[in-house]
Amino acid sequence: MTDDRPLLEIEALTVQLPVEGSPRAVLRDVALSIQPGEALGLVGESGSGKSMTARAVDRLLPAGADVAGSIRFDGKDVLALKGADFRAYRDDVAMIFQDPRAHINPVRRIGDFMTEALRTNSGVSRSEASGLAVALLEDVGIPDGGRRLHQYPHELSGGLLQRVMIATALLTEPRLLLADEPTTALDVTTQAEVMAILDDLRREFGLTLLFITHDLELAAAVCDRTAVMYAGQIVEIRASTLLHGDPLHPYTAALAAARPDIDATAHRLTAIAGQPLSAFEAPEGECAFAPRCPHARERCRTEAPVLQTIDGGVVRCLRAEELRGRLEVAAHG
Amino acid sequence: MADPQPMGPGAAADAGPVLEVRGLSKRFGEQLAVADVTFAVPPSGSLAIVGESGSGKTTVAKMIVGLETPTEGGISACGRDRSKPARSSAERRRRGREVQIVFQDPYTSLDPRQTVAATLDEILRLHHGWPDERRQERIVELTEFVGLDARQTRALPRTLSGGQRQRVAIARALAAEPRVLILDESVAALDVSIQAQVLNLLADIRDATEISYVLISHDLAVVRQLTDDTLVMWQGRVVERGPTARVLDDPHDDYTKRLRASVPRPGWKPQRQQAH
Amino acid sequence: MSAVAVAAESAKRRGLIALIRGTGAAGIASAIVIAIALFIAIFGPFIASDANLSRLSLSYVGPAPGHLLGFDGQGRDVMARILVGARTSMLGPLLVVAICMSVGTVLAISSAWRRGAYDTVVSSGLDVLFAFPAILLAILAATVFGAGLIAAVLALAVAYTPYVARVLRGAALRERGQQYVDALSVQGLSSVSICLRHLIPNMAPLIVAQATILFGYAMVDLAAISFLGLGVQPPNPDWGVMVAENQSGLIQGYPTSALAAGVCIVIVVVAFNILGERLYEQAQRERR
Repeated sequence: MTDDRPLLEIEALTVQLPVEGSPRAVLRDVALSIQPGEALGLVGESGSGKSMTARAVDRLLPAGADVAGSIRFDGKDVLALKGADFRAYRDDVAMIFQDPRAHINPVRRIGDFMTEALRTNSGVSRSEASGLAVALLEDVGIPDGGRRLHQYPHELSGGLLQRVMIATALLTEPRLLLADEPTTALDVTTQAEVMAILDDLRREFGLTLLFITHDLELAAAVCDRTAVMYAGQIVEIRASTLLHGDPLHPYTAALAAARPDIDATAHRLTAIAGQPLSAFEAPEGECAFAPRCPHARERCRTEAPVLQTIDGGVVRCLRAEELRGRLEVAAHG
Repeated sequence: MADPQPMGPGAAADAGPVLEVRGLSKRFGEQLAVADVTFAVPPSGSLAIVGESGSGKTTVAKMIVGLETPTEGGISACGRDRSKPARSSAERRRRGREVQIVFQDPYTSLDPRQTVAATLDEILRLHHGWPDERRQERIVELTEFVGLDARQTRALPRTLSGGQRQRVAIARALAAEPRVLILDESVAALDVSIQAQVLNLLADIRDATEISYVLISHDLAVVRQLTDDTLVMWQGRVVERGPTARVLDDPHDDYTKRLRASVPRPGWKPQRQQAH
Repeated sequence: MSAVAVAAESAKRRGLIALIRGTGAAGIASAIVIAIALFIAIFGPFIASDANLSRLSLSYVGPAPGHLLGFDGQGRDVMARILVGARTSMLGPLLVVAICMSVGTVLAISSAWRRGAYDTVVSSGLDVLFAFPAILLAILAATVFGAGLIAAVLALAVAYTPYVARVLRGAALRERGQQYVDALSVQGLSSVSICLRHLIPNMAPLIVAQATILFGYAMVDLAAISFLGLGVQPPNPDWGVMVAENQSGLIQGYPTSALAAGVCIVIVVVAFNILGERLYEQAQRERR
């Protein structure tokens, strides 16, 4: 963990997907890096590209995707990996999803599902794989793992199933865990448990985590740093502790202000006008957030901002320097 | 913003609750989904029913609007019982003018073949014996009030975003000029920036009318924003009730405490519990 | 997204022409074939010479000017019989489809709507009917009503209804599960109005697709029933009857008349099947 080299490094990642024959941008010049053992939150509204970023890292993009830029994992060029190297990479990077039921075969037992990759890829024997699975289930707070292995997915609640998914993801001893809204479909109390488990495991196994969510507060609470995406671009990356009180980008500030506060009632919320833009709708050569931005100037509509480093954070805003300290999140109530 | 919704005569005159639920229970086979729920909502009041999946909160909402029939207990709105299915079409329509509902999923809550204007016109035609011209005026009023422009009013749902569709669903509910509006997780599926717009719209509607809200939600921050009183449900039962601020700031019940502690916030440390 | 959606939407509202245009080249070609067949069914009898005029001296005589397909075993003009026979050959399936689609739709929607005991009774009743093969029902109908087009049509309608009802019940249940149906019901709209004004229009693409596919099936089955002598009675011209009548011609090396009728059946049935499948795929796609 003392290594300075990032475990995952994404640079100038641009992805286009063919829609009815013509390419459509889903990611535009995404850049981020994660240090070994770090947890990075990736936050955005629908169409912002947060899930696509994770899919690009896991090489799960749909067929026909046009990918430019680079993704480096432990120094290796991910996009160029082939054969055994690619399989080894797949073992190093695991992914968990929002809807565990959509990613598990409903007619197969939990045990078969959990140990399949291990048995087929790594040639581990069934009993050994089952033993590992039971141990990991214990780690995710399922003490009766032996019994669970014989159950079918429909016999488990959503929260339990997501824990099974986490345990399964950890079976190959990955170094990077991509978590795509893993708690969005869960109840609040279950979410807290799953997050606690993820947090424990991350520390215990020295896991690096890319945590994707629409919930700025959740990301800020569990991640070291948080990246905010808008219209297929990263607009800000900042230490989570500073994100709420001292954001660098007007969008981050607006997003935080738009959420109602559990501790106080506001007469009206500070809503962001208009609606979130998808990457392909974003105009070239100007700031994608400008039409909704209370701080936009003429310049924002004629010049595209680039990522710049300020105060240890990264921001994509032409007025970032000017706006320092003026983007306080409106206090509610 | 013009007065969007002239209330019928006697809207504020009767001091009694506009919605009253007594000893409400619902059994699905062996399972008791709702057990002995009682509450009342005054005119212009707002009540949150908070709970997680399986708490029975949505079943309560469905029973109030007549989509489920209670196994036991009474429901009355505007002083009239509605715990049994309506006997006549006139009674069914009258119940529609008493309580309306906005559902969670903006994508299936509108008929894909109807434009916004046609959707609203159908409801206005159903409830009010107005001539064409008056209905057209009302459609313009309603759509402007919920923040839809003329082009969107002529559009089919398919071309609208989730937030815009939810505005249509709200306008459709308001077209019946109900006394009570049930919001069944109505903002849960929306993006944060859109959710704030819709919550502000709901606040505007309350300011402009004497409508009462029943908010069904798992989101405590939204509950805080929109309601005066809160009822916490757990496994079909009411475990805590009181003013929203008190319930959230100083929860008495163990489950409410756990719920409150599970909400992420700066400095939050998620707590691990035993598997169940 | 929105531009595409608008295009799709306007296509949806332009009706039948656009519905067919959306099925692609094969669908459009099939629709043209069907249109020609319908045209012949309507106007064929006016164009053709006397289809029942029998001149035994012309038995199995080949094509001649004015008699493009020559003559059948009884010396009747094959072309004339094809043109005139188109009407009964198309009318039969049309009646079958009309009956089984309307009964099937009503059963499907009412059982999806009411669910519960009614649904169970309807579904199990249909399951029992499902077990009877169409031909068996046709034989039964022929013994009860006497052989003829009406008996055959009724038999097939009864045989197809469970199939229609089963497919449409699934669709009706899905539509019933949409929240707009609940919203309208909370507004106080009657069940009948919701079904007529919302459920059926939203299921229409599927209903049209089903009807088209069934038309093809009905045509083959009716031809088979006529071939067995239980359907249209000779000497009335009908494509199925023509194939039956000219079996001996096939054996004797004069296949033209049986073949011509057979080819007509195959072309029309294939056209209906292709168009029906394409419409069905389109209906599924539109459901997202």
